[in-house]
Amino acid sequence: MYEDMPEDRINKFYEKLKKDAEAGGYQLNPDTNFTKKLVKGLLVNQDRYSYQACPCRISSGVKDEDLDIICPCDYRDSDLEEYGTCYCALYVSQDVLNGKKELVSIPDRRLTEKEKIKQKESKIEITSSLKYPIWRCKVCGYLCARDGPPEICPICKAKKDRFEKFL
Amino acid sequence: MELIFELVKGKNKGDIKLYALSTCAWCEKTKDLLKELGIEFKFIYVDLLQGDTKQYAIDEVRKYNKNCSFPTLVINNDKTIVGFKATEIKEALS
Ligand code: SF4
Repeated sequence: MYEDMPEDRINKFYEKLKKDAEAGGYQLNPDTNFTKKLVKGLLVNQDRYSYQACPCRISSGVKDEDLDIICPCDYRDSDLEEYGTCYCALYVSQDVLNGKKELVSIPDRRLTEKEKIKQKESKIEITSSLKYPIWRCKVCGYLCARDGPPEICPICKAKKDRFEKFL
Repeated sequence: MELIFELVKGKNKGDIKLYALSTCAWCEKTKDLLKELGIEFKFIYVDLLQGDTKQYAIDEVRKYNKNCSFPTLVINNDKTIVGFKATEIKEALS
């Protein structure tokens, strides 16, 4: 299935992701064969679900349930920090790129993180005395103080729905 | 309900089942490794299933791996290897 996706479309999207990644201080996995499979996976998911769900996780097909795993997922930065790679190994750290750290298949932190969030939500909400609430981009960690989150994250270009109220 | 797996022929080492996603590169590496080892196994792409069958497959994977992550390799309904762990897979199947 999806065998007939044009090479050209995959290559173009690969180049775009690579450029965006590098502009933001990230690196794609230098194993282009491997990486292009993931890039194709993202396009397949775009076509079948209409959002770019993580190619290595099972998607529900319902965007609201999968917001956290729209690529780049909410877990990319933590995984890059801890393991030097995102869960799929589409993005890798400088150490992996330089061969200082070995690239291996890592556990999915999605479930444990989701449990943590649930626990947090069940706690009483702290009332803030700030003039403006603080919004946090779950993709890159960008913070801003304003009435609502921006339409698009000025740092990583993630959409509004990837923001959480932070304070 | 019974899931329909695709069979890859090779040396018989028992019942070897691979639950995978068609878009996942680690899953493909796992499949390639099994082929390289020349072992008979069956695999299923859970993301290509629809509706009830997909849910049924997800529940089945959860029995072996509560996180329902991929690849999940099940050897003789007993040993489960989650993720692309080349050494572990080779050891378990040697
Ligand atoms: S693990 Fe996250 S960042 Fe990596 S490909 Fe999947 S969604 Fe994208």
